[in-house]
Order: sequence, then C-alpha cells, then structure tokens
Amino acid sequence: MEIGNLQRRYLDFASTLFHEGFLDNQFTQLQQLQDESSPEFVLEVVTLFFEDSEKLLDELSRTLNQQAVDFKKVDAHVHQLKGSSASIGAQRVKNVCVAFRNCCEEMNQEGCLRCLRQVRNEYFLVKNKLETLFALEQQIVAAGGSVPMMW
Amino acid sequence: MAKRWVSFADDKQCMGRRRSRNVLLVLTLLCCVSCSMWLFWGSGSWGILEKLGGRDLRYPRKQILFDRFNISKYHLRSLALLISSLEQERFFKCMNKSIDDVKLSSSLLHTLAEINAEVDHNQGQENLIGSDIFFEGRCLMQIGCDGAAKSSLPDNIPEKIMRSSANMDAIFLKDSETLPYERELVNSSQDHHRVFSEMLFDMLPMLIVAVGFFSIGFAFGRFTKSSHKQFRQQQHYRQHSKGSGKWSKKLLFLGIIFGLSVALWIFVSMNATITERRKETLVNMCDERARMLQDQFNVSMNHVHALAILVSTFHHGKQPSTIDQQIFAEYTARTAFERPLMSGVAYALRVLHEEREQFEKKYGWKIKKMETEDQSLVKDDFNPEKLDPSPVQDEYAPVIFSQETVSHIVSIDMMSGKQDRENILRARANGKGVLTSPFNLLKSNHLGVVLTFAVYNTSLPPNATPEERIRATVGYLGASFDVPSLVDKLLHQLASKQTIVVNLYDTTNVSAPIRMYGPDAAGAGEMYISGVDFGDPIRKHEMHCRFKHKPQLPWSAITMSVGVAVIVLLVGHIFHAALNRIEEVEDDYRIMSELKVQAEAADVAKSQFLATVSHEIRTPMNGVLGMLQMLMDTELDETQQDFAKTAQLSGKALIALINEVLDLAKIESGRLELEAVPFDPRDILDNVLSLFSDQSQAKGIEMAVYVSEQVPEILIGDPGRFRQIITNLVGNSVKFTEKGHIFVSVYHIEEVRNMEDDQCETLSGCQVVDKQKIWDNFTLLKSSTEGDNAINLIVTVEDTGVGIPQDAQSRIFTPFMQADSSTSRTYGGTGIGLSISKCLVDLMEGEIGFVSQSGIGSTFSFTAVFKEASKSSGDIKRHYTDSILSSFQGLRALVADGRCIRARIIKYHLQRLGILVDVVTKQQNAVQTIVDCCSTSGRSHIDMFLVDKDAWGERSGISFPRFLSESLRNGVVMHKELQPKMFLIATSLNPTEVYDLKLAGYVDSMLKPLRLSMIVACLQKALGMSQKRQPTKAKPMTLQSILRGKNILVVDDNLVNQKVAAGTLKKFGAIVTCADSGKEAIRRLQPPHNFDACFMDVQMPEMDGFEATQKVREMENTVNKLIESGDVSPEIYGNSRWHVPILAMTADVIQATHEHCLSKGMDDYVSKPFEEQQLYSAVAHFFESDTIDRIS
Repeated sequence: MEIGNLQRRYLDFASTLFHEGFLDNQFTQLQQLQDESSPEFVLEVVTLFFEDSEKLLDELSRTLNQQAVDFKKVDAHVHQLKGSSASIGAQRVKNVCVAFRNCCEEMNQEGCLRCLRQVRNEYFLVKNKLETLFALEQQIVAAGGSVPMMW
Repeated sequence: MAKRWVSFADDKQCMGRRRSRNVLLVLTLLCCVSCSMWLFWGSGSWGILEKLGGRDLRYPRKQILFDRFNISKYHLRSLALLISSLEQERFFKCMNKSIDDVKLSSSLLHTLAEINAEVDHNQGQENLIGSDIFFEGRCLMQIGCDGAAKSSLPDNIPEKIMRSSANMDAIFLKDSETLPYERELVNSSQDHHRVFSEMLFDMLPMLIVAVGFFSIGFAFGRFTKSSHKQFRQQQHYRQHSKGSGKWSKKLLFLGIIFGLSVALWIFVSMNATITERRKETLVNMCDERARMLQDQFNVSMNHVHALAILVSTFHHGKQPSTIDQQIFAEYTARTAFERPLMSGVAYALRVLHEEREQFEKKYGWKIKKMETEDQSLVKDDFNPEKLDPSPVQDEYAPVIFSQETVSHIVSIDMMSGKQDRENILRARANGKGVLTSPFNLLKSNHLGVVLTFAVYNTSLPPNATPEERIRATVGYLGASFDVPSLVDKLLHQLASKQTIVVNLYDTTNVSAPIRMYGPDAAGAGEMYISGVDFGDPIRKHEMHCRFKHKPQLPWSAITMSVGVAVIVLLVGHIFHAALNRIEEVEDDYRIMSELKVQAEAADVAKSQFLATVSHEIRTPMNGVLGMLQMLMDTELDETQQDFAKTAQLSGKALIALINEVLDLAKIESGRLELEAVPFDPRDILDNVLSLFSDQSQAKGIEMAVYVSEQVPEILIGDPGRFRQIITNLVGNSVKFTEKGHIFVSVYHIEEVRNMEDDQCETLSGCQVVDKQKIWDNFTLLKSSTEGDNAINLIVTVEDTGVGIPQDAQSRIFTPFMQADSSTSRTYGGTGIGLSISKCLVDLMEGEIGFVSQSGIGSTFSFTAVFKEASKSSGDIKRHYTDSILSSFQGLRALVADGRCIRARIIKYHLQRLGILVDVVTKQQNAVQTIVDCCSTSGRSHIDMFLVDKDAWGERSGISFPRFLSESLRNGVVMHKELQPKMFLIATSLNPTEVYDLKLAGYVDSMLKPLRLSMIVACLQKALGMSQKRQPTKAKPMTLQSILRGKNILVVDDNLVNQKVAAGTLKKFGAIVTCADSGKEAIRRLQPPHNFDACFMDVQMPEMDGFEATQKVREMENTVNKLIESGDVSPEIYGNSRWHVPILAMTADVIQATHEHCLSKGMDDYVSKPFEEQQLYSAVAHFFESDTIDRIS
C-alpha cells in the first residue's frame, strides 16, 4: 500500500514535471538508458549536471559582474550549460540559455544579467524538482518497490 | 507595405518630374546659347550698319580729291573764259574747227585713265588712283594751259583738255564713288567681324577656364569623397559627403562669381572700345571737315590771288587799261563758280590824297566813306549814293571794280572801315591774302570775313621787304567770304551732317573767341577741336565738333555680356543641379545600402529561424512517427490500425513539408549542393508516377509518362533533386486537375529543337495549352551549348487542370505565393514547391517556364543539364535486374489504339522491356493483323495484344474482342494457342467492367498510370513467367546489431553530454570510451588503437572538433605512408590502412552540413541529442559492410 502510494505520487510528480515543461523526452530517453548494467545512470548524469551547472553559474556571474565583460567567455559558458541541460532534458533551462546566447551576441550586459537570473531560477527550480524526484525514487526503492516507468 | 508602395510610386513620379525638368533645363540652355550666338552675329551685322554711317569718314577724302579736281578744272575753265573774254571770236572759231581732234585726244586720255584705274584697282590703292589721275590730268592740263595762255597756236588743245578732263572726271567719279565705297563696306564688315571674333577668342579661353574651373572643383569634390570613402567608416562618410558637397558648392559659387566678373569685364572692355571708336569717329569727322573747309577756302583764296595778279597784269600793266568795270563784273560773275564761297570780289585802287581830285575827276564820283564803323546796322536798302564823301586822309582805297553782287560798294573807301583798313595795311605789307576777323557783312547781314590781296604794279622780287611792297602797291583786291554759307555748303556735301554739330571759331583773341558758324546750343558729349588754317598767320581759327546725340546704349556689349552671364549662370545652375542630384543619389544610396543590410540581416534571420523551427519540429515529429510505427507493430484492431496509419501519413506529410522549408532555407542561404551520382531517369519518373497513382486513379485522371529514346539510360546528376522537381510539378498538376490527363514527357533538347509540331492529339482528348510557347523562351533551345558529354533534358508536365489566373502568373515562382488565397483554401499547400523547383532547376543550369490558361490547363517545362554516364557504371539501384528484363526479350506485342500518343506511351514502356512493338490505330487493321498472325502461325507471331479501354471511343476497348470474334466468324480458323494474350489498359475499372473484360477474353487489365514494375508484374503473371522474387535487400539491421561490440570513442568537453552520449551508445551494445578534450582524443586515436569509430563534439574549448579531426587525419596519413613505403610492417599497426570514422556531434543543423564535415576530414554528423534514426543512418553507412562481411 505504501509502495503503491509512493509509486503513484512519483508518477504524478513526474508527469507534472513534463507537463510544466521542466523536463522533456530527453530525460525519458536518459531513463531508458538506465538498466541493470548502470542502475544509477540517471542519478549520475543529473548529479554531474548539477555540479557542472553550479560551476558554470558561478563562473557566469563572476564574468558578468566584471567591468569589461568578456562576452566570448560568457557565450562559451552558456553554450556548455545549454548543451548539458539539453542532454538531461532540462528544457526550461535550455530555453533560457537560448535567449541568453542571443543577449550575448548582442553584447547586451543588462540582458545577460537578466538571463543569468532567469537561468539561475530555472536551474534551482529544476534542481529542486529533480531532487524531489530522486528522493521519491529512493523512498520507493527503500520501501522495496521498483521505480515505475513513465513510458 | 502599402504605404511603402505609395511612397515608391511618389518617388517614381518625382523621378519623372525631375527628368522632365532636366529636359526642360537642357532645352532652355540650348535656346539661350543659340540666342546669344544670334545676338553676337546680330551685333556683327549691326556693326555693318554702323559702318555704313562710318563710311562717310572716308568719304570726304574722295570728296576732297573730287573737289580739287574740280578746282583745277575750274581753273582751266576760268582761264579759258578769260581768254574767251579777251579773244572770244578767235577762240570760238578754233573750237568749232577742232571738234574731230577733240574726239581723238579725249579717247586717248580716256583709255589712259582707264588703264590707270584698272591697274590701281588690282593693287587696291584707290587713294592713289585719284591722285595719279589727278596729277596726270593736271600735267596735261598745264601743258594745255600753257599752250593756251602763251600762244593761240593749238587752239583746240584747251577744249580737248577740258573734254578729256571732263571724261576723266566721269571715270574718276565713278571709280571713286563706287569702288571705295564697296571696298569700304567690305572692309568695315570684315573689320567688325574681326573685332567680334577677337572678342570671342578673348572670351573663349575664359569660358573654357571657367568651365574647367567648375569641373575641376567638381572632380576634386568627387575625388576627395571617393578617396575618403575608402578609409572612413560609414558614419564619417555622411559628414564628409556633406563637407565635400559644401566644398564643391563653394567652388561653384566662386566659379559663378568669376564667370559674372568675366561678363562684366567683357561689358567694360567692349564699352571702352565703342567709346574709343566713337571718339575716333568724331576726330576723323572733325579733321576731315576742317581740312575740307581749309582746302576750299584756300582754293578760293588762290583764285582771288590769281585775280589780283590778273588785275595787276591787265589793269596796271597795260596802258590804257584793258579792264574796266564792265569786263571785271562780267569776268567775276562768270568765274563766280570758282569762288563758290565768296559773296563777291571788288578791286580798290590805292589813291594817295594828292591824287584824290584827279581820281575823282577821272571816275566822276567822290570817294565815299563807309557809313558807320558799326557795320552790323547795315540795312537792306543800302544805297552808296547816300553815303558821305570820305574825309581827308593820307590815302584812300576806293573801290573801282566790283562784282555785280557787291556793286554797291563801288566808290566806297575801304580804308574808312576799321577792319578793312587793318586788312589792307597788312595785306600790302606781306603780299599775301589776309583775313579780317568775322563781322557782319554789308547788306547780306551774314557773318563773314573779308580777304584782301594787295596788287602791285611791278613784279616784286620774292624776298621783297614790306616797305618795297608798300611802295609797289597799286590797289587791293577784296573778297568777302560768307562763312555760314561756306560752311553750310561744305557740310551739305558731306554725309552724316546730322550726327555732329560743327562750330567754327575765330580764336585770334584767345580770351574771347568769336563764333563764326554753328548753333548756340552745345551738342552732347565731348568735343573735339581741330585747327583750321586759312592761310593768314595772324588769324587763328578752330573747328569744334561734337555729336548731336548722346551715345546710344552699347547694345552689343550689353547683349554680349548678358549672354555670357546667362551662360555662366546656366552652367552654374547645371552644376548646382548636378551636385544636388549627386548628393541626393548618394543619400539614397546610403539609405538603400542600410536597407539592404537590414534586409539581408532579416533574410538571414528568417532562414535561421526557419531552420531552427523546422529542426525543432522535426525532433518531436520523429518521436511521433517512431511511436506510431511501434504502435502499428502492436496488436491493433482494424480501426485502430487505420487511425494509426492516418496519423503516420499525416506525420510524414508534415515532415515532408518541413523538409521542404528546410530545403528552401538551405537554398536561400546558398548551402544546397547537388550530388553527382548515376541514376536512371526512367526509373525516377516511374517512381514519381507511382507516388501519385492512387490520387490520379481516385480522380479518374489519366496519367502517363514518356521518355524519348534519345535520353540515355543512365545519367549522372542529383536524382533526388530531379525527382523533387518532377514530384512538385506533378503534385501540383494532380492537385489542380479534376479531369483529363497529366502527361510527363522527357526529351533530349536536340529533339525538341528539331521537333515539328506533330499534331498528335492529346492524351485524354482534352484541350491543352501550347507548350511551344514555353520552349520559345528557353535560351538553351536557341543556343547549342553542349558540353563534351553534357545532356540537356527538357521535361514537360502537361495537365488539363484549372489553370493559373493571368494576374497570378507573374508571382508563381515566388515563395509562399499561391495563385490566390482562395486557392490555398481550396487546395492547401504552402506554395513553396514551385519556388524550390525553380531554385533547383537553376542549380541544374536549366530554365523553368510555363504556359497556363484558365480553364484549359497548365504546362510546366524545365530543362536540366546532366552528364552522360558510361554504360559500365551499373552500380545504381534499379528495381529490376537484367535477368528479369531479358525474359521479355524478343517477345512481340501489338498495340492498338485510336490515339497515337497513347499508343506511343505503351510502346515506350514495352520497349523498355525489350519487347518488339507494332502499333495499329484502326480497329480493322488490328483485327486483320491478329487474324494474320493466328492463321499463318508463321514468323509474325504476336505474343500479346494491348488495347486501351477507350481506344476508339468510350469503352470501345472492352468490346473489341467481340468485334474480333465477329470478324473471325467469317470462316477463319483460329489456333487457340496462337492467339495473343489480350490486355486491357484502363484509367479505372469498376467491378462490372472487370467481370466484363474477363468474359470478353482479356487475360488481364493494367491500370494507368503505366509503370514498368506494374507491367512486368502483370505480364509475368499472364505469361506464366512468375519467378520467385528474392528480396534484394537484407532485413534492415537494427542499431543494436550494428553497434554491438564496437569500440567507440566519445569526445565531448561537456561531461553531461559526454555521459549521455556514452550512455546512449552503450545501450546499443557499444563499448564506449570517453575523452573530454580534443587533445585527449588525438592522444587516444594515435594508431595503433582499437576504436571503430569516434563521435566528436564540434564546439570545444582549446581545440574544436574540426581541428582535432584534422590532426588525427594527419597522424593517420603519416602512419599510412610509413606502411605503404614498407618502413613499418602493417602488423605493428594491426591494420594496413588507418582511417577511423569520425562523426561530428552538433546541435546546429544548419552549420553542420554534410559537405562541411567532409571538408574537415570528418565522415558524417549526428545531431545532438542523438536521434535513433539519424544515428542509425549515419552509423550504418560505416558498419554495414563490415557487418555483412562478418556475417558472410
């Protein structure tokens, strides 16, 4: 009963994530890649993404708050962020990154800062959500159930 | 947009207006130039007129000559008269006698004069003529005179001379009057032209300088502008252009000022010239008048002198005197013409006081004194009788002889008048004629002067002292000059007396000059004074001349300068307008280029957007399609299957559309490149037809393809794009055609060029538009530009659809434009198919065109250039192997059809199978042929017989077998086995018809559109040749099977991406190694290594994917060379030739085109994140053969 509840909550939560656009089918594909040979694949990747992204975000805010902004550098960082977010399917982060890159091309510092704030927001949002998701997953696993598949 | 159009229209109007304004300007300029030229010439002719006036400047000279001549003549005549008065009788006798001689000598003289005149004419020395003749004449005359005077011997001579002189006179007069005048006219006009042309020459350089000035300034402005343009940024450019514009304007302004000052200078200088000339004229005229007056006066004076000598000779020299009052009066009266200016002459005797009584007694009258000192009060009723006798004086000078005109002064003592007395005293002292100062003459009340000569009794030595002279004086000869009439007469002889005012002054007393002649009123303008010498040293006279009228405005100067000014202003205006125009155009240009940049940016953005959007759509669509495919593989009921299928079809359509948009974007950004691979055009056409066969059958449209025999079987080109174009055109035709036919034909261009319009009926019998019209527009058809093995194909797609409205035809190739919006509502579609087709045709170096008529249909035609492939290149994909085709080799077929074009199409398809085809068009002929074949069972065996369902009209094909069997009833035996297999070809067949035809004896039916595959299937079935088809293609391998066990290196700096990629590949069974930089990738790919493939991120810091790939290839090349050269054994490297497949991973589809990747040494690309389908197609390419090898 407990497990069934948890599983339903997990599914509900996951579907809202997709519904609200936090994640896209790339994330589903990631989940598909996870099998017996690599049971923690999604978690690994997402953790990697978190580390990477936080580093990038710090770097970005430092670069952007400098007197003379090196937009090339910013662009490279944002590109990286966009790549990794696309890879894990963090759709909203990716979308903001697209806008961010446009601002970079226009050398619009204001816009960049605004985008940075947005990216940060989105990032923490998706991070929260994913952490919640993983927590749920772990709870299910701890309860002895299997993580339900969304496809 | 509408606003924009309006403004364009406005601009156009403006341009038009401006152009017309410019034309007007040019016309005005021309007018002005011609006007000024006319003015110049006009002033030239005015100059001639002026010269006509000026002619009289020279005229007096002639007049003088004439006068002098006359004078001498008069001399002669006077002498003659004198003689006649003395010895009249004898003289007259002589004259009568010598008439004959006169004729002779006068003619002699005449010729002489003529010769002279002629010679001088030639020498152009008119002035000399007169003098020559004059002198010669005088010579002769003198001789004559001498003769006549000295002796009476040759009596006839004087007369002769007189006659001759008269003749000469006439000649001379003629010459002098006409010739010099003409010459002068010519001279003067030449003169004027010369002056004018000099003026022009003066001006021309100036004008040229001015124009040069303008243009240099202009060019300078331009030059600085253009030179700066190269160095300055665009922002500066505008400022600068303004600046240089100002510069040129300043220069222009200076130029105009310069030009205007030139005009002013011309005016001033011309005015000065005119004034100068006027002054000169005045001087000339005045001098001439003065000299003439002087001459005439002198002549008269000389005559008086002669008279004095006459009196001395004949009165005092003879005892008794031969002259009395009567003779004197007569003589003087008759010689009065000699002294035209003298009112009269009188002779006064010198009488001493002691001789007075004796004198008075002798003459019988008293010496009287002049009435008053004041002679101005002389009355008309002057009567000398009333005068008082002269008071006692030392001596008297009573007048004894007088001319009739002054007879009233006889007996008056001239010594009693103050002026006269002075005169007499002076005259006798110096022996020359002396003049009184002007006073009013007696009786006539005219202002006059009296000339007095002393008469001496003995001949004096030339250097006699005054005392001797006084002593020798015996009398005085006086003559009164009537000055006003003298001058009047003189001036009357001269022309242009109206133009100047002449005043004559006696200036003996400098402080109070006495005016002798001329009006009181001073003339206008400046005065010229010329001295007049009347031969009396004491008296001084002056002639004052001035113009009567004020000088006219110098019109020629004014017109000239105004003309120049006008030209300058016009030129200035033109330059100004040009400058303005250039500025405008430059502004426009700048705006245009800005707009162009914007437009280009917008275009790029649009393409980018299209690419991005379509890419973004494609990704989920792949998911949708994949899922649908998977869904269809599961167990579904009929309805579900149908739904899924429909959804998949729609999805495919959407993908196709997106691909089109992507194509367009690619074409527009110039990234599309054509392949060059061998392909079979007939195969492609069959493919296209099969694509649309369902639709056409559903609509009941007849669809057919015909490829000419001249088209090679295999061509090299881009089959995909070729197919795309035809698919587009046929798709459009199918979409817009409801009934009738669609006919695709492919010809070699040479055929079309030589094709006469064979009036074959159309496929369905419906009317079609004339495709010749399209071909007429193709340049390719006109010029034969065949390369070595280039094949020009002309493809025509003809339909009988709704046609394209006339007004929409112009924008048919514009992207996203359909004929009108209602069309897209009715038929759907984006309208980019045709524009893509056009672009593709352009890429294939061809042309596309169409003819369309509403309600009749449209025909599209395009040409494309391909290369002919050598036969050997047989590695193209074909549906049928030669073995299948060879099974039909040698069969015979009979095609019967009423329409030859339909028959030709069937024949074309059958011929492709190697079947020999005969065509009959008539039903009877068909029957005959079949019967012949069956009966003879000879050489002409027919294997199959094909007939169209509507061969000779509606459904006539179905009833043909009945017709045949009816014909056979006439006793002809048919061998069943020899009877050909009969096939019916139809556009559509309903079930009853199918049943009917089976009954009628048909073996099978073929549904149009005819395709090779369908025909083959049908024939095989009917002829019992059905073979087991071996699936040529192996079952498509899954990604899993390809990738299993492969060593793959994933290079990505982004750990997340790397992980995901690695995970994906691992899932398909690959053994994945990761590298996070280009350098590491190079390290790992250093041969020997055991990687089967490498997925490389393109965008990486430090070393991007392309660079890394190049490095890897370099390494591989080095190793390969080493192995080739045998330095290293292949065993060490484990492979004889190293080339690891490197696939780019990129998120940017537009940037990473296939070609781009290839150029960088990569083998292909996959988009990130991986899509299974794409990953498969990319990877399969490398591993398929490998796998197959392994399997085999």
